Amino acid sequence: MAVNARDIRRRIKSVKNTQQITKAMKMVAAAKLRRAQERVEQARPYAAKLEEVIGSIASAAGSSNHPMLVKRPVKKTGYVIISSDRGLAGGYNSQIIRALVNEVRGKDKNSYAIFAIGRKARDFFKRRNYPLVGEVTGLSDSPTYADVKDLSSQVVKFFQEGVYDEVFLLYNEFISPLTQIPKSRKLLPLEDIGANVKKPAPGQFTAKYDYEPSEEAVLDNLLPKFAETLIFSALLEGKASEFGAKMTAMGAATDNAGEMINKYTLELNRARQAAITTQITEIVGGAAALE
Amino acid sequence: MRKMPIEIVTPERKVYENAVDLIVARGADGDLGIMAGHVPVVTTLKVSHLRLKNDGQEITFAVSGGFLEVKPEGVSVLAEAAEMPEEIDVARANRAKERAEKRLSSKGESLDERRAELALQRAVNRISLATRR
Repeated sequence: MAVNARDIRRRIKSVKNTQQITKAMKMVAAAKLRRAQERVEQARPYAAKLEEVIGSIASAAGSSNHPMLVKRPVKKTGYVIISSDRGLAGGYNSQIIRALVNEVRGKDKNSYAIFAIGRKARDFFKRRNYPLVGEVTGLSDSPTYADVKDLSSQVVKFFQEGVYDEVFLLYNEFISPLTQIPKSRKLLPLEDIGANVKKPAPGQFTAKYDYEPSEEAVLDNLLPKFAETLIFSALLEGKASEFGAKMTAMGAATDNAGEMINKYTLELNRARQAAITTQITEIVGGAAALE
Repeated sequence: MRKMPIEIVTPERKVYENAVDLIVARGADGDLGIMAGHVPVVTTLKVSHLRLKNDGQEITFAVSGGFLEVKPEGVSVLAEAAEMPEEIDVARANRAKERAEKRLSSKGESLDERRAELALQRAVNRISLATRR
């Protein structure tokens, strides 16, 4: 415990500086969070529309035996994990990384492979010699579809070629700025696609589509696109979660700094008071000695 | 005249929504002209220009990697990218074009060649639309 008033003043100043920084980071994160949420909203129509069309083709054409829709014996699993590039976001990265570590615990290193989005996950799995096969880092705060296109089409291609028999997507689901839950979702095969699409009531007129060039060709084209879109939406949601987590973490840091400042101010006042008391005693003592 | 509602959606945002007189698109099997009452159809789109005509005005989009769905209640275009001429970054498209040409001329692996070809198509498509007038 510092009793020296000057030391305490110095410490208060330093904590105040830190508080200013965390406060600014909190406000930046809040602004970015709003933008990220907007982007999640804007991306929704595309995915919904795609699912609707695929659902209607798959159910109408009975072509649900397309290789991308069918479950097959699992020899090798792919994991796509979405983390952030930078820290200072509370448990954002550690909880999603832990989720994946738990998932693959005890598994043979040849039976799975990891695709990492974000520097944090990449560094973690690289340093610990996990089978890391793909990575994307240095994404902007509002990533574009093109940013992850390479990785996602690679994942889809590996699945189509049978390198992986199933692919999971791990990301932080955005519940609220305060809560993000790590989520593992099966990306491929696309088993329950179209399940959310409501079937037309019997007897109701339903349009029979013409397909150009053919049903199979259209489905071949759309299914990989849908899988890629799922990765992109997860990325956008991950970004929203990241800023939510960051905002919460920085808010807590700001509060803690405030508490520390209060504590130090109290200490400072006590130290000052003690010094004054000592001085008075000394003066009184000195005066008494003169009499 | 009845109009055909159309919406153009990309993974990033909804680009356009309106009701128009005529839609001209380049599908996998050739060009399609779509007006209100068109038969339901789903087709993949080539990397091409999508033209919308409305009240004598024409709007053109550069679309890449998409498909088009016609339903009785409207047309949906889903594309990985869709841009109006004024949104196109010509300098960037030019750079992409040069890059793709270089890759094609250096004769690499088959996958890269396919990708470079697509990239070249997209770049040329954008440039041709942006510099049309």
